[in-house]
Amino acid sequence: MNREDFPMLNDEIVYFDNSATSFKPQCVIEAMNEYYTKYSANAHRGDYDISLRVDQEYERVRTKVKELISAQRDEEIVFTKGTTDGLNMVVFGYMAKFLQKGDEVLISKSEHASNVLPWFVLAKKKGIVIKYIPLDADYSLNVSAIEPMITEKTKVISLAHVTNVIGDVRDVDAIGEICMKHDILFVVDAAQSIGHMKIDVQKSHIDFLAFSAHKMLGPTGVGALYGKYSLLNDMDPVIYGGGMNAFFESDYSYELKEVPWKFEAGTPNIAEVIGMGRAIDYLQEMGLDKIHEYEMHLKELAIAQLEKIPNIKVFNKKAESGIITFNIDKVFSQDAVIFLNRFKICVRSGNHCAKILKDEIGVTNTCRASFYFYNTEEEVLKLVEALKCQDKIYDNII
Amino acid sequence: MDEKLKRDIILEHYQNPYHRGLIDDDRYVRVNSRNASCVDNIDVMALIENGVIVDARFDGEACAICTSATSVMLKTLIGKTVEEAEVIIANFNNMINEQEYDGSKLAELNVYDTIYRQPNRKTCALLPFRAIKDIIDSKKN
Ligand SMILES: Cc1ncc(COP(=O)(O)O)c(C=O)c1O
Repeated sequence: MNREDFPMLNDEIVYFDNSATSFKPQCVIEAMNEYYTKYSANAHRGDYDISLRVDQEYERVRTKVKELISAQRDEEIVFTKGTTDGLNMVVFGYMAKFLQKGDEVLISKSEHASNVLPWFVLAKKKGIVIKYIPLDADYSLNVSAIEPMITEKTKVISLAHVTNVIGDVRDVDAIGEICMKHDILFVVDAAQSIGHMKIDVQKSHIDFLAFSAHKMLGPTGVGALYGKYSLLNDMDPVIYGGGMNAFFESDYSYELKEVPWKFEAGTPNIAEVIGMGRAIDYLQEMGLDKIHEYEMHLKELAIAQLEKIPNIKVFNKKAESGIITFNIDKVFSQDAVIFLNRFKICVRSGNHCAKILKDEIGVTNTCRASFYFYNTEEEVLKLVEALKCQDKIYDNII
Repeated sequence: MDEKLKRDIILEHYQNPYHRGLIDDDRYVRVNSRNASCVDNIDVMALIENGVIVDARFDGEACAICTSATSVMLKTLIGKTVEEAEVIIANFNNMINEQEYDGSKLAELNVYDTIYRQPNRKTCALLPFRAIKDIIDSKKN
C-alpha cells in the first residue's frame, strides 16, 4: 500500500527491517524541509513572525500525539529523543525519587535493553528488586502469569506493548486493570506498537508510555513520553538548562517551568518534532486498524509459506504483529542474512538488543523480518524463494 | 589461490573447526572477544611458555567467516614464537584492511585475501586476531 509515497522504495531493495526503523514518506521529509527553508527559527523565543510560527507548529504536534494515543491533555505529552530517552526519564526522574529499597518492579526477559538497563542501574543504586514475569511456551507473555508475581512490594510493571524479537502483543487493557486493582504503576514501551496499532492510554490505564518517531514513518532522534499529569508534576527533570526554567538567581534559587516544558531543556529537535507531526497525520489518514490488518495478512502469508520449507524454525508463529523471527537449521543467523542481502532483501540478525531473551528461547541470535504496510505479497514471496535456496548459502557468502 | 579452493578451506574450517572447545587449565590466558554489532562472540585461550605459543583453543558463537578465521589462525599460530605471531597478526590486519602485506608470512590465512570486498565482514575475520593480540599483550605486561 502507498508505495509511491516513499522515496526509498524506488530502489530494488526489499526492506524487512521495519522493527529497527521505518522508511519515511515524502511528506514527512518535506515538512522538515519546509521548516528549514521557510521558518527556520528557534522555539519558545521570538517576538517575530517566523519564530511565532515555530511555536505554533511545534506545539500543534503535542495535540497530535495526544490524539494518537488518546491522552487527556496536551500537557501530558513530553517531546523526547525517543523511546530510550523517555524510559530513562521515567526511571531516573520519577522512579529514582519515589521507589524505596526492596520495592519490586516486574518486567520480562523479552524486553529491549532500554526497558532493562535503567532498572538494573536503579537496582544497584537504590536496592530495588527486578522480577521477571515468566513467559509462556511460545515466548509470549500471558496476563495470567502476572498476578501470581505481585506482592505488597510490587510498585511498577514495565513492559513493551509489542516485543521487538517475539513480536507478541501484550494485552495492555488487562494488565492496566491489574495495575489499577493493586495500585501499581504501569509503564509501557510502545516502540514497536506505535504506528502499527491503536493505543489508548486512558482505556489501558497506562501511567507512562514512551515511543520513537522513527519507527512510525517519522524522523530519527525524536519521540514522545506520555505521563499522567499528576505523575509528570511529581517527576524531576534529568536535564537542566535553558527553556525549562522560570527563573534563577545567584543565591541558587530557581523555579522550573510547568509540565511538560520543564522536561524539554535546551533547543529541541524542532524539525524532527514537526516531521513527527506529519507522520502522525499520515498514519491517522491511513487508519491504524487497516495497517494492522494488512501486516497480519503479510505475516500469515509468510508463515504459511515458511512452514513448507524444511530446516526453518520460526519462533513466533502466533504473535499478532508483523514480526517474524526465525533461524535456518545449522546456519548462523548473520550468515543467513548476508545471504539474503545477495537478493537485496534487508533482514536483521543478532540479539536485537533483547539480550536476556536467550534464557527463554535458548539461542542468542536470530534472523528477524519485520513488515510494514508498504511491503507487498511479492516481496514476502521473494524472501520465501530466497530461503528455499538455503543449501547454497555457504557457496554464496564465502 | 583458486576461489573454489579458498571457499572449500573456509567451509571445512567452519564445519570442523580446529581446537574448538575450551579446557580447564589456569596456565592458559583466556579472553572474550565480541564484534561491535554483538553478533560474533568467541572465547580464545592460549598457553604461552618461554615466548612460544604452545597451545591455543577457542569456543563461541560466530558466523562462518569468524569461526573459520579463528580455526585457521589457531592452526597457523600454534608452535610459533610470540615475535613470529606478531608478524603474522600485523600482516593479516594489513591484508584485511587493504594495506601492503607479505602473503608469504600468512600460509593458509591467505584464503581471506578477498574479504575486503565485503566490508561488513572485515570485523568478523579480525575478531580472533584481536583476541590473540590481547592475550600476547597481557602476557607481556
Ligand atoms: C521494544 C523496543 N523498545 C525500545 C527501543 C528503543 O528505541 P530507540 O532506539 O528509538 O530509543 C526499541 C528499538 O529498537 C524497541 O524495539
